[in-house]
Amino acid sequence: MKRALRLIGRRAVSSIPVLLIVVVGTFFLLESASGDAVDAYLVSIGGGDAALMEQLRRSYGLDRSALSRLGLYISSLLRFDLGWSVAFNRPIAGLILERLPNTLYLMGSATALSFAFGTLLGILAGARPGSLRDRVLSIGSLALYAVPGFWLGLVLAITFAVQLRWFPTSGIETVASGKQGLDRVLDIARHLVLPVSALAMIYLALFLRLMRAGMAEIWRLDFVRSARAKGLARRRIVLRHVARNALLPVVTMLGLQAASMLGGSVVIESVFAIPGFGRLAQEAVGLRDAPLLMGIIVVSAVLVILVNIVIDLVYGLLDPRVGASERPA
Amino acid sequence: MNAARRFLRSPEGVAGAAVLALLALLALAAPLLFPGDPLAIAGPPLVAPFADPALPLGTDRLGRDVLAGLVHGARASLFVGIAAALVAVAIGSVVGTLAGFAGGLVDEALMRVVDAFQIVPGFLLALAFVSVVQASLPVVVLAIALGAWTGPARLARAEVLSIRERDYVASARILGMHPLEIALREILPNALPPVLALSAVIVAGAVLTEAALSFLGMGDPNIVTWGSMIAEGRAVLRSAPHLSIVPGLALVATVIGVYLFGEGLAELLSRRERRA
Repeated sequence: MKRALRLIGRRAVSSIPVLLIVVVGTFFLLESASGDAVDAYLVSIGGGDAALMEQLRRSYGLDRSALSRLGLYISSLLRFDLGWSVAFNRPIAGLILERLPNTLYLMGSATALSFAFGTLLGILAGARPGSLRDRVLSIGSLALYAVPGFWLGLVLAITFAVQLRWFPTSGIETVASGKQGLDRVLDIARHLVLPVSALAMIYLALFLRLMRAGMAEIWRLDFVRSARAKGLARRRIVLRHVARNALLPVVTMLGLQAASMLGGSVVIESVFAIPGFGRLAQEAVGLRDAPLLMGIIVVSAVLVILVNIVIDLVYGLLDPRVGASERPA
Repeated sequence: MNAARRFLRSPEGVAGAAVLALLALLALAAPLLFPGDPLAIAGPPLVAPFADPALPLGTDRLGRDVLAGLVHGARASLFVGIAAALVAVAIGSVVGTLAGFAGGLVDEALMRVVDAFQIVPGFLLALAFVSVVQASLPVVVLAIALGAWTGPARLARAEVLSIRERDYVASARILGMHPLEIALREILPNALPPVLALSAVIVAGAVLTEAALSFLGMGDPNIVTWGSMIAEGRAVLRSAPHLSIVPGLALVATVIGVYLFGEGLAELLSRRERRA
């Protein structure tokens, strides 16, 4: 427990400079855009005179220099204040918090599914490297890994929503159905089946390939040879000796893929019209709402850091060698 | 030409090279096969595939030739994929080499920048970048490279750390070579092969990212891409699903080709290492 807390503390401290780089870098990137939120707002309401522009700029603090605004932004970030969205006319933090759960359901279920089936199929393939089963699974996963997620989503929608009508084509729940409790949960689950499958399939292929490659490597190691020489049952060698060790890099990959999965859910949410975090990013770009886009990037960076801390903790549980030297003798 | 013969011995590599060669040929010959603007109207809207011999794959919602779009789309996909990977590998290997060679504070600072780029979803970064600068093909290339250079940077740094203690680097130092010259002329070329083996994965990722960007309407609006064709087909998804499905199949074939080619390349590079 103490070790876990120490790990969390250490990781939190070391992520501060990294987050600062993200904030400063994104700030200046979005700063270099021509036109600001006031311009975009005036276009959307059909124009305005110079005095109104001046007044709006002052009220949003856009009349200050870039550096002083960056300072203000960072100090308000410390108070968990992400600023004001011009396009939605409400605080950004509330907007993001409202959209985030939908994305977390999507990513969480996709991660769980792809990890479970990916490693399972990877074990099947890696149990006998070079066998027919291995070759079929390897080629299949290579092909699957080459599929663009958004296109897979469209194909699934055409097949299972348009042709077969098994699942709804879009949205997160039936609009104005007044469903409550378990009914509502089931309704949301039904809406999530296709988007989750589209997102999960791609990562399933990745985890399968990683697991299989890791196992193929471990079969060659000495301790596996001794296990075979000892006359252990093949099933036991596969599961306890080979698969268990091959699982570690897959867990690491889970953390490394967190950022890419968040990016992937932007497109999947757009395909299935899910009002989530990724769709919000696309809306922020479309509405030229720079503060909102900035907030989204900062929150996603924090999210990725959190996922990686959790992965590190899990890794410590799986691999007793991690942190063992830290313990006082 | 020993390398070519070794590459030809890997069946995956040969299959991948064949797919990519065919695509490159199509992309290069596109202006000859289908002269004129592929975004121009070529016939009545929504002609079914195989119905009109002049329009083998039919037309889309606005009456544009689907086959011409597919062939011209190969140009955008291949160009963006290869260019983005080149830029990413170039930035990554220079940054990684400098970090690994300089060590100390420079290394620490550069690696924190790498961390920062790694925790921001690459796709969000590309989206933000394209939204700031007007979308054109070079901008899309740069936007994708921004999210892809960290892998090569880490790998190059790790290679450099293992190379910089070798004897020939020590002798270069004794010869009085400038540290920057040692880093770029002695170390970088030797650190490059494993980074190159990674490049196929980067090309594949770039092709997919470009498709996703133009699917969301964030690509260059004046160029036909497979991603924009898929997005265009969405409007008639119920009546003519093939308009979205066919360009996607072209994407899948391209990415598979790149992966297979990459496997051949990795085999070639690793064999070379074993021999050395």
